[in-house]
Amino acid sequence: MSTITIREALNQAIREELARDEKVFIMGEEVAAYDGAYKVTKGLLNEFGPKRVIDTPITELGFAGLGVGAAMVGLRPIVEFMTFNFSILATDQIINSAAKMLYMSGGQFKIPIVFRGPGGSAFQVSSQHSQALESWYTHFPGIKVVMPSTPADAKGLLKSAIRDDDPVIFIEQERMYGNKGEVPDDPDFTIPLGVADVKREGKDVTIVARSLMVPVALKAAEQLEQQGVSCEVIDPRTIRPLDIDTIVESVKKTNRVVVAEESHPLCGVNAEISMQIMERAFDYLDAPIKRVSGADVPMPYAKNLETLAIPDVARIVAAVREVAYLD
Amino acid sequence: MPKLSPTMEEGQISRWLKKEGDKVAMGEPLAEIDTDKATMEMQALANGVLRKIIVGEGQSAPLGEPIAIVGEADEDISSLLAEASAAAPAPAQQAPAQPEPPPPPAAAEQPAPLQAQAAAAGSAANGRQSAAAPAPAQSGRLIVSPLAARMAAESGLDLRSVQGSGPNGRIIKKDIEAALSQPKAAPQRYPRAVEPAQFQPAQIAAASAYRDEPATQIRQTIAKRLVTSLGPVPHFFLTTDIEMDRAAEMRKGINALDPDLKISINDIIIKVTAAALMQHPEVNASFQEKFVRYYEQADIGVAVAIEDGLITPVVRAANQKSLSQIAAEVRELAERARSKRLKPEEYTGATFSISNLGMFGIDEFTAVINPPEGAILAVGAMTPKPVVRDNEIVIRQIMRVTMSCDHRVIDGATGAKFLQTFKKILENPLYLVV
Amino acid sequence: MSKQTAAPPSRAGADEQSSTGVIDAPAEVDRKQLAREREEVKERQKDRFAGLNKEQLIGLYRQMLLIRRFEEKSAEAYVAGKIGGFCHLYIGQEAVAVGAISAIRQDDYVIASYREHGHALAKGMSARAIMAELFGKATGCSKGKGGSMHMFDKGLGFLGGHGIVGGQIPLATGAAFASMYQGTDQVTLCFFGEAAVNQGAFHESLNMAQLWKLPCIYICENNQYGMGTSLARAMSLRDIAQKGCAYEMASEFVDGMDVLAVREAVMRAVERGRKQSLPTLLEVRTYRFMGHSMSDPGNYRTRAEIEKYQERDPIKLFSASLIEEKVIDEKGLEAIDKQIREEVEDSFRFADESPLPDPEELYTDVYANPIEPSRKESRNRNQ
Repeated sequence: MSTITIREALNQAIREELARDEKVFIMGEEVAAYDGAYKVTKGLLNEFGPKRVIDTPITELGFAGLGVGAAMVGLRPIVEFMTFNFSILATDQIINSAAKMLYMSGGQFKIPIVFRGPGGSAFQVSSQHSQALESWYTHFPGIKVVMPSTPADAKGLLKSAIRDDDPVIFIEQERMYGNKGEVPDDPDFTIPLGVADVKREGKDVTIVARSLMVPVALKAAEQLEQQGVSCEVIDPRTIRPLDIDTIVESVKKTNRVVVAEESHPLCGVNAEISMQIMERAFDYLDAPIKRVSGADVPMPYAKNLETLAIPDVARIVAAVREVAYLD
Repeated sequence: MPKLSPTMEEGQISRWLKKEGDKVAMGEPLAEIDTDKATMEMQALANGVLRKIIVGEGQSAPLGEPIAIVGEADEDISSLLAEASAAAPAPAQQAPAQPEPPPPPAAAEQPAPLQAQAAAAGSAANGRQSAAAPAPAQSGRLIVSPLAARMAAESGLDLRSVQGSGPNGRIIKKDIEAALSQPKAAPQRYPRAVEPAQFQPAQIAAASAYRDEPATQIRQTIAKRLVTSLGPVPHFFLTTDIEMDRAAEMRKGINALDPDLKISINDIIIKVTAAALMQHPEVNASFQEKFVRYYEQADIGVAVAIEDGLITPVVRAANQKSLSQIAAEVRELAERARSKRLKPEEYTGATFSISNLGMFGIDEFTAVINPPEGAILAVGAMTPKPVVRDNEIVIRQIMRVTMSCDHRVIDGATGAKFLQTFKKILENPLYLVV
Repeated sequence: MSKQTAAPPSRAGADEQSSTGVIDAPAEVDRKQLAREREEVKERQKDRFAGLNKEQLIGLYRQMLLIRRFEEKSAEAYVAGKIGGFCHLYIGQEAVAVGAISAIRQDDYVIASYREHGHALAKGMSARAIMAELFGKATGCSKGKGGSMHMFDKGLGFLGGHGIVGGQIPLATGAAFASMYQGTDQVTLCFFGEAAVNQGAFHESLNMAQLWKLPCIYICENNQYGMGTSLARAMSLRDIAQKGCAYEMASEFVDGMDVLAVREAVMRAVERGRKQSLPTLLEVRTYRFMGHSMSDPGNYRTRAEIEKYQERDPIKLFSASLIEEKVIDEKGLEAIDKQIREEVEDSFRFADESPLPDPEELYTDVYANPIEPSRKESRNRNQ
């Protein structure tokens, strides 16, 4: 076990997988000579050379499609988007090519590719650079969507994503790169995709949170503990496929749910989770499910407005108290 | 005062149709009552004597108030009268009142007062549910969390008796737990004669509480089997009266010979059925879509009521067995059926079945065929009845049987001929030995 | 670096068109002029016979005719309601796929747009597998899940038909990247229509291919219409071969009605790809005789224009050359046609009699590594 940051955990995962499999390479803007815009790929060029660690022109549609094409004929690309905001340019290749290739070829062409990079809000980078896009990608069958919240999850899940034979959208949180945590040293440490993690056990209210909202939910749970409310915090980790069983199991125990997310509420992942809880555990609900989401506005620049747009501990505490009938 | 119209809140006695001391029978008109809509007849809800009229003609009483006491002629009603007078102070009738359950929530089906709704809406809008006074669960639509609804249903708790503590009076898990942890109020005792008062229309108007119990395996099987019968199998029914005097006599005679045999009328019916089937093989048959299957021996299914359903153990080759063999076998099968120790081959594959409800005093009924069998015989009670014989009225032990036939294999005349033979043998059981 | 090795008479065709898309072809076709032009083209084609044996020549003819007859049968099946959705036919453009694919090896990759029945046949896929796919049958090359626009054959290196205009261009670039990455000398042929040239994907791909020296051969089949919009109405610089200059990429203009001209141009590009690991852009001028798809009313071009190009029908042209060069006689050609018609009829029968996909197939092939919803045993962290 060592205590490292999410940034270092991701770096370790990529380094270990590059070393493990010749077919793996990483490409993206500033991943090589610059050591990565967010330093996730630091030192990799040195270690693996320009053949495996490739700086691309700013041409997201082009290199995303190039990665898919390379995956069609047997390579296992890791495509870094400097931020997921830029993946919007590449959606034709992600959605029309990567997600559907296996199906429309009748099972012939698998696409083992990882599209990764930071997503969600950053620090005052305004509307076009602060977007949580997971609900977009989660919508499409054929893609898997992963969002880690701890260094161990980041490493274990990224390694599984690289080894997976399907296209994986792997969204890291821009504000969380420096978060520290314990990570096993075992080079074969992986975490299976599609398995949720109970980040904290509790009995009164279930909080389902992912990515940036996991530490926020854990802080809220601490405060609530002092108020006599025991919260269970569940991190789905993989958004598609969603491990709804673990969530439902928890709801059956607590009977109350708060779903927290950084992204916009409309047609969001939380809307889907709530619906599935309703479908599978309606008779176990003692209160309506409460949703805590990012503000339904483009991300503002001003510090105070930005703070208001992102869910915080107080909002989760208030939501929990509401479903627990305390206020 | 019974509820005789959906919106009635009180009623006025227009006319008593019985006097104090008159005998009344259930369903008999007792009084005429003017409601807000019309003058309605009120029917007696019990057998007995009209002991006391509490609300006289021209007087009014709110719903649920006692208006009279029906009891047995010699029953002591003094305590009832005392309680009634305490319960009904307003009309100041000195006459004692009948202890009835507390007045039902008359407003149960009526919309909550607008004011309350407005308050509820307001509280939802400002998100501070605690600000709103919790509306009593009884007023307006019940608001209940899915979990609480399920818990109540499982425990048989009437949600209308629970006070909701959630927003807008929503009944939540906590409320159900509180309600369940309280000792159940001991049900009030009523003198037997007035018990039916519980079922006064005012009571019935409110939805009944109920409990769901999982359907047992056998209940599910019965349900499945029987809908494959009456729906798809075209039934027709043949009924006949049978004089049982000789059969009864024979039974008595045999049992006198050897009391251990314990031959029952039903055993004789099984034996006779088997004999008749041998003479009418076209009835001992089943329809198999592409062909009709005729059986060589009479395997008789005998319906046996058991604790959670019914089952039909089979007496194999009843045509080849003696009465005493049949009697012993039926007894043994029925006993194991009740203790659920029958093997599947012992209750499947009959060629013809008999269902006997005579022991319940049922005169006549029709039974549902157990597919793929071609017919089933429903046997009623044996009762003495006057019949005409040789132009004289005489008393005979009459038993009515109804055969349900699958018209796909058995036609009317075929069934009738079988039943004719059956009747002939049963009325002259000596045929069995001829 | 635009090397223009061929200059067929229709070279300036793009410039003949008015910007409104109304074709300025004469109301009456000058048949004498057309016949003259055709003779010239045929003489040039015959010059290219050198170095090809009889078997190869007849093989090329056979392939083109197979595509023609297959597409005719597809049209018939479409009208009969056997084929659903979109159906884009390749009639008129056969020389491009056949000439180009005849210049590569079996282990090279081919990828195309949604007008790809011909390329799939030329790459060696069976008429049966393609027709059954058109019919949406379980025996189709994509198990009935792809349809007309998504023919695939992994074993033959046919990387599919793709439905978004230009979407296959980055994919082809990626396949070529993989060859470079793995140090093989495979090349990738990427076919697309001239309308795809206006997409960003085209420019992004060409830039990376030249930058990273990827052995990809971009074959622009310029049939002069993007659906119903003529080139003149859609492109500022209509000399597509010239666009290679923007990326310093070798490029050529090729007569797409001459199967041997296409073959020769692609052979040069293949050599460049294998030996130098360099890409090439080819603009192949061709013409589709049918509508954009089966539901195309065709009101954007004149009958006279179609006739002009039908005079240059690549199959008729090549059969005439073959006879004049005494490679084969009329009887021989008839025998080939009979054989091919039988092959196509057989594919139709096969497709018609094949079963529909099993309803269970709806949910297969979504993921290569499907994750079951319940996986409690692996729930605990693997550490």
